[in-house]
Amino acid sequence: MKLRANLIIGGALFALAILVGLLAPWLAHTDPVLDANLLNAEEPPSWTWWFGTDDQGRDIYSRVVYGARVSLTVGIVSQLINSVIGVALGLSAGYWGGWWDDVVNALTNLMLAIPSLIFALAIMAVLGPGLTSLLIALGLTNWSFTCRIARASALSLRSQGYVQAATVLGYGDLRIMITQLLPNMLGPIVVIGTLGMGSAVLSEAALSFLGLGVRPPFPSWGSMLSDARDQITTAPWLSVFPGLAIFLTVLGLNLLGDGLRDVLDPQSRSRRT
Amino acid sequence: MTGVPLIEVEDLRIDLDDGSRCVAAAEGISFRIDRGETFGLVGESGCGKSITALALIGLLRQPLSIGGGVIRFEGREIQRLSAAGQRELRGNRIAMIFQEPMTALNPVSPVGRQIAEMFVLHKGKSWREANQLAVEALASVRVPAPERRVNDYPHQLSGGMRQRAMIAIALACGPDLLIADEPTTALDVTVQAEIIELMRNLCAERGTAILMISHDLGLVANVCRRVAVMYAGRIVEERGSADIFRAPSHPYTQGLVASLPRLGSRAALGRIRLKEIAGVVPAITSFPDGCRFNPRCAQATDICRTVTPETDLLEAGGLVRCHHHA
Ligand SMILES: Nc1ncnc2c1ncn2[C@@H]1O[C@H](COP(=O)(O)OP(=O)(O)OP(=O)(O)O)[C@@H](O)[C@H]1O
Ligand code: SF4
Ligand SMILES: [Mg+2]
Repeated sequence: MKLRANLIIGGALFALAILVGLLAPWLAHTDPVLDANLLNAEEPPSWTWWFGTDDQGRDIYSRVVYGARVSLTVGIVSQLINSVIGVALGLSAGYWGGWWDDVVNALTNLMLAIPSLIFALAIMAVLGPGLTSLLIALGLTNWSFTCRIARASALSLRSQGYVQAATVLGYGDLRIMITQLLPNMLGPIVVIGTLGMGSAVLSEAALSFLGLGVRPPFPSWGSMLSDARDQITTAPWLSVFPGLAIFLTVLGLNLLGDGLRDVLDPQSRSRRT
Repeated sequence: MTGVPLIEVEDLRIDLDDGSRCVAAAEGISFRIDRGETFGLVGESGCGKSITALALIGLLRQPLSIGGGVIRFEGREIQRLSAAGQRELRGNRIAMIFQEPMTALNPVSPVGRQIAEMFVLHKGKSWREANQLAVEALASVRVPAPERRVNDYPHQLSGGMRQRAMIAIALACGPDLLIADEPTTALDVTVQAEIIELMRNLCAERGTAILMISHDLGLVANVCRRVAVMYAGRIVEERGSADIFRAPSHPYTQGLVASLPRLGSRAALGRIRLKEIAGVVPAITSFPDGCRFNPRCAQATDICRTVTPETDLLEAGGLVRCHHHA
């Protein structure tokens, strides 16, 4: 099987982001919050300050490195919540059908009708800013695609011979869903999840930009952009580097999602067997 | 036979309700299978064999449902059992194998795991024990190198090996009844014979009764002690296997037997054409009145077109449903 460029590049970018987040204390030159020094405020990028410094003299490079932690935590955790909700609802709706399916369908349509960022904004308004509310808000508002896919897969898988065989062998509903249906729909779910992580990173940036995300002074890419708004002409490096970090991470996740789709596509898989 | 039969079906009717109207897809189905016995159900495609089997294990789903009659397993009415009680029977006491060994196994799970799951599910074994038992189960269906094969995925196995794995899964919990619905039609003829032989031997060793379903009268009569012939949703004749070949009583069965090539017969040598039954099977929505076979029956008379024949006891043993049976 030919390994695809998008899979490799996307995987490398995502892995790089994760490594940076994990190794932040070793990679960063200074503490992202405490090492403020007005004597070297707004320095442009140089050998000492790789990405320059902000108006309080904090090292942008170190802040971008630490910011990876927030962005990735939000991306991964909120998408995990979305995937679990989407799979649980979609899988059970597709398998059981009936009134439960109607309820889940109505919910899904509702979620699809309201832009998820607006929905997340509303939740954040209630919960207040902060990492936890960010995770909850983004984790509850972006499961509709996963749910759709899971439901459609369950509908088609439920008439498969092995699912019926499992019923005949005395498997209960839950066991059938977990052992027979779930593993056979994992491919598309993982693809959607990867793409969803990318959009969660973007949403975090957007919400933080609006001041609803992670509280300053702790850095997140979105809040750094927000802080840099006023100095975009005088100190463009303040927005360029966090922006670049968001861009590369989201690009990586999208490429990875595309690459996984090619590899996990049930049609290309059945062609191999 | 003494005591309570293993499974007893009395006047079973299966309704097909498509929303606008309700027709009986099968009716008047009665038979019993004793412990360790082999019983065959034969008939053309669509006559209701598979739905009868599904009714036995409580798995008829919309638009099909049990419209009447009783099914007893060891004297207990299956319809009266709770959902959990029925599930307890399935796989554990009554197992079933299907026509399609290609699709009846989960493609993303190693076969050993699928066998082991039965021990975990029904016998409360730990996964460690269950995996060990799975190797033994695979060995018992004569899969070579079972300790390596347990890790194989279904697509790595040939059709015959997959059907062996299916048999291993079905017999894992030592069921009392094995329902085999066309278990070999998807396989090569030589593999077919091996699989049937294997299934028969294993069941004989363990005292497992077999309900074998097929359109192939020759195959069923070869495996089973008794055979029931179904036509258009009714059982028309039930006999010992040898009797049904020697002296078929119902005109439909006579037609079936006449259409079978016999070893050494003139037909098998190609000198005369095999007889076929003229006409086609009626559709489920347009079963004729009276005897359902009457449009195709050479012996049909007026009464056949209006009155449904009752089941008669034959002197030689067996049952037949025909006004003018031999
Ligand atoms: N789910 C269903 N919905 C509607 N009709 C059905 C359904 N299942 C079976 N039937 C109908 O019930 C009748 C009996 O079907 P059944 O599957 O028992 O036939 P069979 O004897 O097993 O045939 P075959 O040899 O082709 O397997 C057929 O006319 C079929 O069309
Ligand atoms: S009842 Fe009449 S039509 Fe039916 S099989 Fe017997 S003779 Fe033929
Ligand atoms: Mg069938």
